[in-house]
Amino acid sequence: MTALLEVSGLTKRFGGLVAVREAAFSVNEGEVMGLLGPNGSGKTTTMNLISGSLKPDTGSVRLEGRDIAGRRPHAIARGGIARTFQLVRVIDDMSVRENVISGLAFRENPLWGVSANVEAEKLLARVGLGGRGGVFAAELTYVDQKRLELARALALSPRLLLLDEWLAGLNATELDGGIELIRSLANEGVTILMVEHVMSAIRRLCSRCVVMNAGAVIAAGETAAVMAEPAVISAYLGDEDD
Amino acid sequence: MTDRPVIAIGLGALVFAALAFVPYMVDGYGMSLAIAIANYTILATAWALFSGPTRYISLATVAFFGVGAYTVAVLGEVLPWPVVMLVAAINGCLLALLVGLSTLRLAGIYFVIFTFGLTELIRQVVTWYEVKVTSTVGRYVFLDIDQQAIYWQLLGVAALLFLSGYLIGRSRLGFALRVIGGDEMVARHVGIDTTRAKLLLFVLSALFMTLTGAIMAPRWTYIDPAIAFNPQVSFQTVIMALLGGVQRLWGPLLGVIPLTLLFDWLNAHFPNHYLLILGIVFMLIVYLLPQGVAGALARLRGLRSRKERASAAMKEARQ
Repeated sequence: MTALLEVSGLTKRFGGLVAVREAAFSVNEGEVMGLLGPNGSGKTTTMNLISGSLKPDTGSVRLEGRDIAGRRPHAIARGGIARTFQLVRVIDDMSVRENVISGLAFRENPLWGVSANVEAEKLLARVGLGGRGGVFAAELTYVDQKRLELARALALSPRLLLLDEWLAGLNATELDGGIELIRSLANEGVTILMVEHVMSAIRRLCSRCVVMNAGAVIAAGETAAVMAEPAVISAYLGDEDD
Repeated sequence: MTDRPVIAIGLGALVFAALAFVPYMVDGYGMSLAIAIANYTILATAWALFSGPTRYISLATVAFFGVGAYTVAVLGEVLPWPVVMLVAAINGCLLALLVGLSTLRLAGIYFVIFTFGLTELIRQVVTWYEVKVTSTVGRYVFLDIDQQAIYWQLLGVAALLFLSGYLIGRSRLGFALRVIGGDEMVARHVGIDTTRAKLLLFVLSALFMTLTGAIMAPRWTYIDPAIAFNPQVSFQTVIMALLGGVQRLWGPLLGVIPLTLLFDWLNAHFPNHYLLILGIVFMLIVYLLPQGVAGALARLRGLRSRKERASAAMKEARQ
């Protein structure tokens, strides 16, 4: 297995607060990896550092060996990293199809016009929104907006897909559908790094996990083994009183 | 309105060709109204070209307009007219690049205030220069360019503006601007170089404003910084564009025509209360027609088609 993404020494401070401290991990080609940790542990900051929303103070982020740390987000997006957002972000007053085309039109091999329309329909069908291209994004339900966001990210034909709590807020049926969808992407060979709180989903989807607490990586490895580590359990549940 | 570029461009060309005959059909007053409408059509449409999709409200319109006018005042009698226009265009673009690079990282109200302050700054700098260096406050523009020539030049620039606007609206650049207006964070993460896209459109929009100021300068014969950089021009441009609607290329036109006529009438009958009434008109527009006339028309049409769909569905259900 080769590492697609290698993060090392990644640090980000906000004033006196160190949100991410010397974080290091790697994501292998073709795997689905979980990024876990309690609230405020630095997961989303890490995602933002990888996708270019934030510039790291120190450290490197290597995609296929090239250091992309500190590059501007549009360059990183064109370079092969697509993302979804913790709070779903679709463009309300554009049609569903146009939202997907926004992912196709500015990537490294851009599509525009008829070919973009055709590809957008394919992507919509793939996330379960086939035939809905004409409605406004604002008219979609919450879970369908999440699907749309995923279609837009896939439109970039990314080397690496970052999912920031993509499964959060779904009901039981929607959750099963969502997990199936991510699994089908993984089966097609998309490499995924996902921040997630839904443990059942992590067990079903992620072969490996990284766990963060208070800005630092405290465990990494096979999902089942990581979940059993005392440091991880105490991070989530607190230490036993002596 | 139509999806066939050849037809849309052909129709537009026909309309502009017909408008070229206006000077043969109206008297002097009609001519001055036609010039005023053409002037504000360019300013409001150029303003909407950038501010419509991005939703950045710029109050710098008159900064570019004034730079165009001043270029003519300084060079009009020294250089041939086409060269003067070229210099004005270059000045406008350079200023827009400077303004764009320093302001387009700002958003919302900060951008509005900065563009307004910048216009005032330019006016003060020009005044200072004229007083200290050239020892005059005003300049005379004696050029042998009559009303008709001014109108035709404005018409030509307007045609060019509508053609550019139409082509940009269909291009990836126009789409990028809409994505930026929708959610700038999303725009960056789908690979749009947002700074570059905004800067490009801002400069293009400023270019048309500058050319308009240059063309209009000979009408005044006398200009000083207070006339050339009158902030009222920026405000009126915004009001007209918002009344018409900025989501469509032809939207601002629907605001320019009625408001130019209204302002002209107000100026003639209530010269002392003009600004007060202008303010009230502005508030009424923002409250009553937030999407502009064009937006209201589209909503009406949408309402009707939804009703039709609903009644069709009812019929189907009954069968």
